[in-house]
Amino acid sequence: MPETSAASGSGAKRQAAEGSSGTPRQPGASPEGDAPPTAATATAATGPSGTTGPPEATGATIRLEGLTKRYAGSPAAAVDDVSLEIKAGETVVLVGPSGCGKSTLLKMVNRLIEPTSGRIRIDDEDVTGIDAVKLRRKIGYAIQSSGLFPHMTVAQNIAQVPKMLGWPKPKIKARVEEMLDLVGLDPAEFRGRYPRRLSGGQQQRVGVARALAADPPVLLMDEPFGAVDPITRDHLQDELIRLQHELRKTIVFVTHDFDEAIKLGDRIAVLREQSHIAQFDTPEAILTNPADDFVSGFVGAGAALKRLNLTRVRDVEIVGVPTATVDEPLETISEMLGTGTTNEVLLLDPKQRPYKWLRRGDLTHAKGSLARAGTLVHDTVTRDATLRDALEAVLTDSGGRVAVTGRRGEYIGVVDLETLMNCVHELLDADRLEAIEHRHSLGESQARRTYAAQEGLTS
Amino acid sequence: MSFWEYLGNRHTQLLADSLQHASAVFQCMVAATVIGVAIAVLTYRSEWAGDLATTAGATILTVPSLALIGLLIPLVGLGVAPTVLALTLYGLLPIVRNAIVGLRGVDPALVDAARGIGMSRGRQLLKVELPLAWPPILTGIRVSTQMLMGIAAIAAFASGPGLGNSIFRGVASLGSANALNQVLAGTLGIVVLALLFDGAYVVVGRLTTPRGIRA
Repeated sequence: MPETSAASGSGAKRQAAEGSSGTPRQPGASPEGDAPPTAATATAATGPSGTTGPPEATGATIRLEGLTKRYAGSPAAAVDDVSLEIKAGETVVLVGPSGCGKSTLLKMVNRLIEPTSGRIRIDDEDVTGIDAVKLRRKIGYAIQSSGLFPHMTVAQNIAQVPKMLGWPKPKIKARVEEMLDLVGLDPAEFRGRYPRRLSGGQQQRVGVARALAADPPVLLMDEPFGAVDPITRDHLQDELIRLQHELRKTIVFVTHDFDEAIKLGDRIAVLREQSHIAQFDTPEAILTNPADDFVSGFVGAGAALKRLNLTRVRDVEIVGVPTATVDEPLETISEMLGTGTTNEVLLLDPKQRPYKWLRRGDLTHAKGSLARAGTLVHDTVTRDATLRDALEAVLTDSGGRVAVTGRRGEYIGVVDLETLMNCVHELLDADRLEAIEHRHSLGESQARRTYAAQEGLTS
Repeated sequence: MSFWEYLGNRHTQLLADSLQHASAVFQCMVAATVIGVAIAVLTYRSEWAGDLATTAGATILTVPSLALIGLLIPLVGLGVAPTVLALTLYGLLPIVRNAIVGLRGVDPALVDAARGIGMSRGRQLLKVELPLAWPPILTGIRVSTQMLMGIAAIAAFASGPGLGNSIFRGVASLGSANALNQVLAGTLGIVVLALLFDGAYVVVGRLTTPRGIRA
């Protein structure tokens, strides 16, 4: 269940990513170019989410303009002049080494940390000066190790923000049940529990439910999955992708784990010290064309392997192999193997699930007994599996191929090493081409602006 | 006269003294709790202010109780006033100290979460910080109460209420027939009261500590 839902969510994520790569934007590159007319502020509530985001997005645009945080007594700014535009319904991951100020940057969005200078606009409303407490009630906030209040039950925790907003009791109660359902926890079982009686993963789910309880358009997540074990983290990430597919919030997610960033982000902002943006682009673009040594260092080795995580088996060519079911008479099968066109047959069980690989000679070795002949199928992948999973399966298989199965485990086709290699080459080539075009157009617009600036100076 | 005969003869007087003793300690504890928690809330966020409050409380505690009451008499006169003042002052330290420790001990991530989901400062304090700091505060209140039980006996020196009167009378007439009985009755009365209060605190603790943080 999580596997399929995660994959469908990821599909949507990819679409969104492709959509955004069509209009590449470098942060701070052209803030004046797409500044909205001030008159549009009146229609801010509907305007931006209707025009810039995907049609069903419930999120809001976030625009950070020259955001700076300077702490007293330290000469260097913790966050220095950061400008960033996040589209409605988009998941942006801020990733960078520890101490780069990414958390500080995030906390300035809901003004847990007051910026020294700069503006924050949400849906074109300048929120830099409004009441911070009221602002935070409209922004979901989820943190590492969940931050659940241990003296309150799960239901009380989730109800906090609706309560502060003055919702009527029955509505809050209904909302709590709805949120627990949404994050995959049975309300009857969990609503009365105290946080300490939940596992780390469950706590984190409740944390997300609490953040989303009042249906905020924006969700800030500060390394929310940092404190859970890798397997649970993987599940939670899949869940978040599914949730985001349903809700289309604007999510700003902070992590130091680049793999997490690739998995979750529609776009990734790689930050260096003082939150300077080293690169702000789609995961594909960052993997294939890191802007500089810092980014490529952060991407780490194996960018091509990581790229495999971004493509699904359904996107590559699935070939067919000769198959037979176990019910078929032995003669038919040996005839298939004997004709010379193939030296391998995939044996399916009565439910059409891959069961055994039969090679020429296997039957004679086993003295004609089908039960003893051939090698059992150990591993299959679904069409929603990533190419990385498929590669793993292919590499561990002695025959260098893996069977692809459908929803109920039934046989669909086979992916082999050659298909995978061709596909990866194509992907990398395409990415590279796109990145070069992107850089080219960026350079052009920069040159145009420099020229305009010089003109402005001389005239 | 044996001790039991003495108790039988004087039980009305002793009961009245016990009630007064308990009532004085209880009221002073309420005052000390309110003031102590207020001081802690005002000071715990600042390193030096919190330490100052704790040190000041500790300093008060080093003044001998007899001396403090003696010093208070010229200022506020005899009777109830010096008793209440002295008891409240002595009761402050354990409460202030434990409240500061408790409030500072609340996981910063939880305070961050409370702020992050839009709680006002007051709401953070009432809904998150104080409930979480409540167990150590209650421990402070318990310690304070035990201490005040004994100190309240000294109040009789300033003509205050309570079982101290019985003790002081006995001490003043040492050698007379009932002297020992008087001292014994007062002392045992205080011990019994202290045990009763402690039992009550256990119940209060069970009832007021949220289930989620109960050990």
